[in-house]
Amino acid sequence: MDKIEPIDVQEPWSRVTVDAEAWWRIVLWVAAGNGVMLGLWSDGEAVHMAVARAPDFAPRVLSIACPDGRYPSVGLTHPPALRLERALRDLYGLVPVGLPDERPWLDHGRWGVTHPLGARVPSPDAPLAYAFRPAEGPPMHQIPVGPVHAGIIEPGHFRFTANGETVVRLEQRLGYVHKGIDGLMSGAPLERAAKLAGRVSGDSTVAYAIAFARAVEMASGAEAPARAVWLRAVMAELERIANHLGDIGAICNDASFSLLHAHFGALRERVLRAADACFGHRLMMDRVVPGGVAADLGSEGIGRLRGLLADLRAHLPPLVRIYDDTVSLQDRTVGTGVLTAELARQYGAGGFVGRASGRGFDARRSPGYAPYDQLAFDVPGRTEGDVNARVWLRIEEARQSFAIIEQLLARLPDGPVRAALPPSPEGAEGLSLVEGFRGDILAWVRLGPDGTVARCHLRDPSWFQWPLLEAAIEGNIVADFPLLNKSFNCSYSGHDL
Amino acid sequence: MALILDLAAQGAQMLLVLALAPLLLGFTRKVKARLLMRQGPPLLQPYRDLLRLTRKEVVLADNASWLFRAAPYMIFAATWVAAALVPSFAAGLTFSWAADVIAIIALLGSARMFLALVGMDVGTSFGGLGASREMMFASLAEPAMMMIVFTVALVAGSTQLSTIAEFMLTHGSLRVSLGLALAGLIIVTLAENSRIPVDNPATHLELTMVHEAMVLEYSGRHLAVIEMAAALKLLLYLSLIACIFLPWGIAAPGASPAAYAAGLVAYLAKLTAGAFLMVLFETSIAKMRIFRVPEFLGAALMLGLLGTLLLFVSRSF
Repeated sequence: MDKIEPIDVQEPWSRVTVDAEAWWRIVLWVAAGNGVMLGLWSDGEAVHMAVARAPDFAPRVLSIACPDGRYPSVGLTHPPALRLERALRDLYGLVPVGLPDERPWLDHGRWGVTHPLGARVPSPDAPLAYAFRPAEGPPMHQIPVGPVHAGIIEPGHFRFTANGETVVRLEQRLGYVHKGIDGLMSGAPLERAAKLAGRVSGDSTVAYAIAFARAVEMASGAEAPARAVWLRAVMAELERIANHLGDIGAICNDASFSLLHAHFGALRERVLRAADACFGHRLMMDRVVPGGVAADLGSEGIGRLRGLLADLRAHLPPLVRIYDDTVSLQDRTVGTGVLTAELARQYGAGGFVGRASGRGFDARRSPGYAPYDQLAFDVPGRTEGDVNARVWLRIEEARQSFAIIEQLLARLPDGPVRAALPPSPEGAEGLSLVEGFRGDILAWVRLGPDGTVARCHLRDPSWFQWPLLEAAIEGNIVADFPLLNKSFNCSYSGHDL
Repeated sequence: MALILDLAAQGAQMLLVLALAPLLLGFTRKVKARLLMRQGPPLLQPYRDLLRLTRKEVVLADNASWLFRAAPYMIFAATWVAAALVPSFAAGLTFSWAADVIAIIALLGSARMFLALVGMDVGTSFGGLGASREMMFASLAEPAMMMIVFTVALVAGSTQLSTIAEFMLTHGSLRVSLGLALAGLIIVTLAENSRIPVDNPATHLELTMVHEAMVLEYSGRHLAVIEMAAALKLLLYLSLIACIFLPWGIAAPGASPAAYAAGLVAYLAKLTAGAFLMVLFETSIAKMRIFRVPEFLGAALMLGLLGTLLLFVSRSF
């Protein structure tokens, strides 16, 4: 990786434009397990790939110009890039040379146009035929599930190939909630772009808003005031706690243990109400903006949050004890849906999915960003990789977040919470990696004229978690899939862009 | 005159089970919600749901056969007759001599057969999934049920429920074999009524469903009668436990209206207690893996078998 011959270097952070040969070398270097791919996106003219390596995980971006609309496929040698390349082909018409999978990914033939961010060729609104991988052998049968489900969840299609109850293969088909985020972002004023970023995946709205704001601030060379940075962390941790608590209950509910679902749901509700009281919105949507935050925290709010933390610290342990002591529940979660450490590493699985399978990566720790570099906290890890490990990891992470918020509240700096962004040169770029509750969110932004966004790409952690779900279900029984799926809890919306 | 009174009592019994079944369902849902610190739907909500369903349009798959349209009524009829044959407030009603407990099991078995058939009728994957799971469970639940019945029949000397109830009232004593039969019957009750830990009646997860998966394609009045049949089945099993193991308060054949009223109060109390205990158990346990269910039902089968064998060792067990 150190021996790349850059054609052109983009400041202030390291994006280098490389030729095809250097591109190949890096792809092989990543595929061999030396590093991890953090994202693959395009601005229409070039394809960019963010890579990083342990232990610092500082993202470095390589760009390859594709004047003829072609670039060497990454997915050919590094499978985690497969879906990203298929999505790029659908959106921009950029052809990954050598990619064996010819099928579309986000494009279901219902857009009325092909390559909406590229050539924009009008096309009939007709569903595209999609060939699922065949099931072979006499006892195999297919079970199609979704995209409309019996419960109120996001849409996605799952095609199971089962031998009786045992899952032989699961294939996902996503893209049903494609909103055209990349297209909407292009040319949008910063304020609108920040709102869009906060709506890519609603349950991670704070993390997305922080990722976008940090990227914009880097591009324009501005810095958010210290108090704003700390308040962002307070919101991010509240979001993490709310999601972790809600999901632990939901996992138990998928094993039909509704007692914990009810109690965890009530705990989550307390967090949301406190967020509403302190920041004026239950999910804290649009509270993080480029340049700072849109809501300050008064002394009353600090008291409220301290009360919330005391409340959570008192109520969580008995629930955790119930989880741990209920044999019937443990029987469902322990050993179910094991994700191997090898796959977690290869895909660079972020968040609790990766950390429950032996991956130590947490964007708050490395590469790290303010204010986490001034806080004391642990990054819990497990190696079993089953549903139980993911549940435990989320319990432990929620506890870490309690401690983080306590530190933040105790040492909250004074001062303004929002700074005006300086006029930035057109074409300035910024990149950020922010740890949402699901994992690391990568945000890349290129500014346009008059405070607009020229291009923006937001990469959800689910891009590298959805494929792992397909691997983890293999050999499990069909009836265990909901439990396993909930323990991953990947985002449909964030992935479908 | 006596015949008219008998017929009236029998008619009352038939209407009573019909009227009570949704209430029992509403009660279990209410108790469950309260145990989870929730308000819960009103007790009468199941009636409203049924009414709503009957008013709704029926949506049929293009390839649905005549069986698909006819089966809900057959399932309902078989379950209703079976439920009406179990003595509730009074024993020895006119029709109770027409069928014994084995006939009741057979009626439920036919209802199950139709349900599994229509699960596969339209050809959706969930229907087939549910039907195959239901049959896997049934192949263990039905033999278990038979063994339990044999145990009780050996003790009471009859398979007539009215006779069994009378015997239990007059000669009833604590017996090991009856204890085993009760435990087995409780397991079968949970499994047959799609309760946790075997199935989850409230689930929204298609892939984990058993009973719900088979009826996913039903709508409107078809769904209403199927839901009604499911409610009746729950009432039937709780009544069965009450009739065999807790017959106290049940009115004797040809009793006075006052005795009937007392029997009704006792019956309602038994149903309430039974439903409450069932929900309490459900709340404290997670659903088991599909392949654990055969072990669970196997336990019921062994309990029934053990009860029967013990009686062959000595009549006093």
